[in-house]
Amino acid sequence: MARTPAKPAANATAAKAASAKKPAAKAPATAKKAAAGKSEGNGWPDKGQLLDWYRHMLLIRRFEERAGQLYGMGLIGGFCHLYIGQEAIAVGMQSVKKTGDQVITGYRDHGHMLAAGMDPKEVMAELTGRAAGSAHGKGGSMHMFDVQAGFYGGHGIVGGQVPLGAGLAFANRYRDNKAVSFTYFGDGAANQGQVYEAFNMAELWKLPVVFIIENNQYAMGTSVERASAETHLHKRGISFGIPGEEVDGMDVQAVAEAGAKAAEYARSGKGPYILEMKTYRYRGHSMSDPAKYRTREEVDEVRKTRDPIDHLREKMEAMGATDEEAMKAIDAEVKKIVADAAEFARTAPEPDPSELYTDVYAEA
Amino acid sequence: MNAQIEKTAAAADEAGKSIPMNMIQSINSGLDVMLGRDPNCLIFGEDVGYFGGVFRATEGLQKKHGLNRCFDAPINECGIIGSAIGMAAYGLRPIVEIQFADYIYPGYDQIVSEAARIRYRSAGDFTVPMTIRTPYGGGIFGGQTHSQSPEALFTHIAGMKTVIPSNPYDAKGLLIAAIESDDPVVIFEPKRLYNGPFDGYPDKPVTPWQKVEGNLVPEGYYTVPLGKARIAREGADCTILAYGTMVHVAIASAEAVGVDAEVVDLRSLAPLDIETIEASVKKTGRCVIVHEATRTSGFGAELSALVQEHCFYHLEAPIERVTGWDTPYPHAFEWEYFPGPKRVGAALKRVMED
Repeated sequence: MARTPAKPAANATAAKAASAKKPAAKAPATAKKAAAGKSEGNGWPDKGQLLDWYRHMLLIRRFEERAGQLYGMGLIGGFCHLYIGQEAIAVGMQSVKKTGDQVITGYRDHGHMLAAGMDPKEVMAELTGRAAGSAHGKGGSMHMFDVQAGFYGGHGIVGGQVPLGAGLAFANRYRDNKAVSFTYFGDGAANQGQVYEAFNMAELWKLPVVFIIENNQYAMGTSVERASAETHLHKRGISFGIPGEEVDGMDVQAVAEAGAKAAEYARSGKGPYILEMKTYRYRGHSMSDPAKYRTREEVDEVRKTRDPIDHLREKMEAMGATDEEAMKAIDAEVKKIVADAAEFARTAPEPDPSELYTDVYAEA
Repeated sequence: MNAQIEKTAAAADEAGKSIPMNMIQSINSGLDVMLGRDPNCLIFGEDVGYFGGVFRATEGLQKKHGLNRCFDAPINECGIIGSAIGMAAYGLRPIVEIQFADYIYPGYDQIVSEAARIRYRSAGDFTVPMTIRTPYGGGIFGGQTHSQSPEALFTHIAGMKTVIPSNPYDAKGLLIAAIESDDPVVIFEPKRLYNGPFDGYPDKPVTPWQKVEGNLVPEGYYTVPLGKARIAREGADCTILAYGTMVHVAIASAEAVGVDAEVVDLRSLAPLDIETIEASVKKTGRCVIVHEATRTSGFGAELSALVQEHCFYHLEAPIERVTGWDTPYPHAFEWEYFPGPKRVGAALKRVMED
């Protein structure tokens, strides 16, 4: 198919919302581009990039820990899927994202939203169902969007976001805007039929999309081995002709490097690319999951040997780039951001009952 | 049927010359007009590009507007609808064809959980201006997987709009309004009416739309607003609520039994024009609801409840429902299942006796 010469104006609603909203109070500075952040010679990123990754991963971890506490206190109800353990993926991929690229993911979405630059207060207030939440409290943990962050949700049905990600990529190609759709899903969603419908269309039409499989090894309580005939999920694109590779999803640098390569492939018009991020979630599937399907020792072993934040710290030590003072400052900054977000989410008013019927339809 | 919209000079100019068209031609014309007017519009679905659609609704559009405006999709309804939602969330206005309404179920999750809900859970920041066109209904010996009327499954989804035309003029006007709507819309096209009106007498030869008096469709741009019913036949004795093929069956049935029925063609089930329904039932005091879909939890149940709520003290007789049976759509008993003039006529007689 030929590219259309027409380049219509951006989504009017989205554009309007973007101009109307005040710039999000991005807590940490936006991550630098991995490629640009690379220091010359040794192949290691520069210190600024490393500290930036550290800051983002720590923010996600502390935010999620606090969300877990608020849940325990009864301030967050229903479902709450924490991202703890998987921070390197959202943060590493975010650092290769360019302006205009889209991110779309499933229900374990808090980390992605923070990495994309959404205001932690808005995210936490959505978790507590407050009017100042990103969906005015009506979406909740699994259902948030943000125009400015290019964040397309936040989808509570396993795998439901994957065809949408292909559609976003189609829109990029249709408008010839050189943007890439970063479409995330988990090892559980990888067995959904619609994922393969999306794979087929994406390769058939050479859509600029990177499919990122966050393989945390458990689809709720069912391990990959108990659910998947082919457990190497990066191979799932072979019959469509989509290249795929396995990445250490606990190593933020490895994520960023693989992500940069995949994004470049998709952006250059070659079509989709699959990255299987081998990762691990420390907490249960949701807050009500006792996690009896795995041993305490297994979790402790990962925490001890593969933790993405410790891993980065060790890397910085090895390259002599540790900056205790800067990291202490980041720790304090993150602590304050999270405390402020929690306090905001605790005290902000609930939505007015009249909000119940708003935004069901665009027109009556 | 073409004088419903009061036209300004400018609107008349945009609508252009009116000519006889069948429903396929009017739908094709509506798609053509919108591809020409709005570069955000694009059409895809099974067989719609090169082949021009199994019912020919997209014939010639790929050739005229190009490969990236009207193109073939693999046979994957979930993927078609899901990717269209992604396009729409980004600001395009995709128009997808699901070849038969019976094939829409693999995409139902996408419609319910994504298309209809993204606006609510993004607090209005994202909309899904997607239109799904799909032929529905019986009377064509399609059996249980090519004859169904699943409209009630869609009116049950907050955030979706559900539209069903009964004639070529409305089919084009409602289609353009649906494409321009910022909400997701599903249009069920009564495939038994594509070539000509069908009044429920299967042995009578079909009169092509081109030979139906007054059937003129503007060649250019016009809309029929969503959520406005049409009085298809004025009457004083009884109100018949119908849509799609059943509008024609209702008129023929009333005339066959000599009841001066007012036939309300709903055109849009969601949003629903309750004002027109209420005014008609309050005027006649009697109400018969007709649809092809199975009876239990069919849209007739909703209509019956609404009429009761709005018109209780005006009703002279219990509300009657004439519908398909609570069975899969049968091949052998098509005309027993299909709520034809015999059953509609009997219901009219019953409400007139009370």
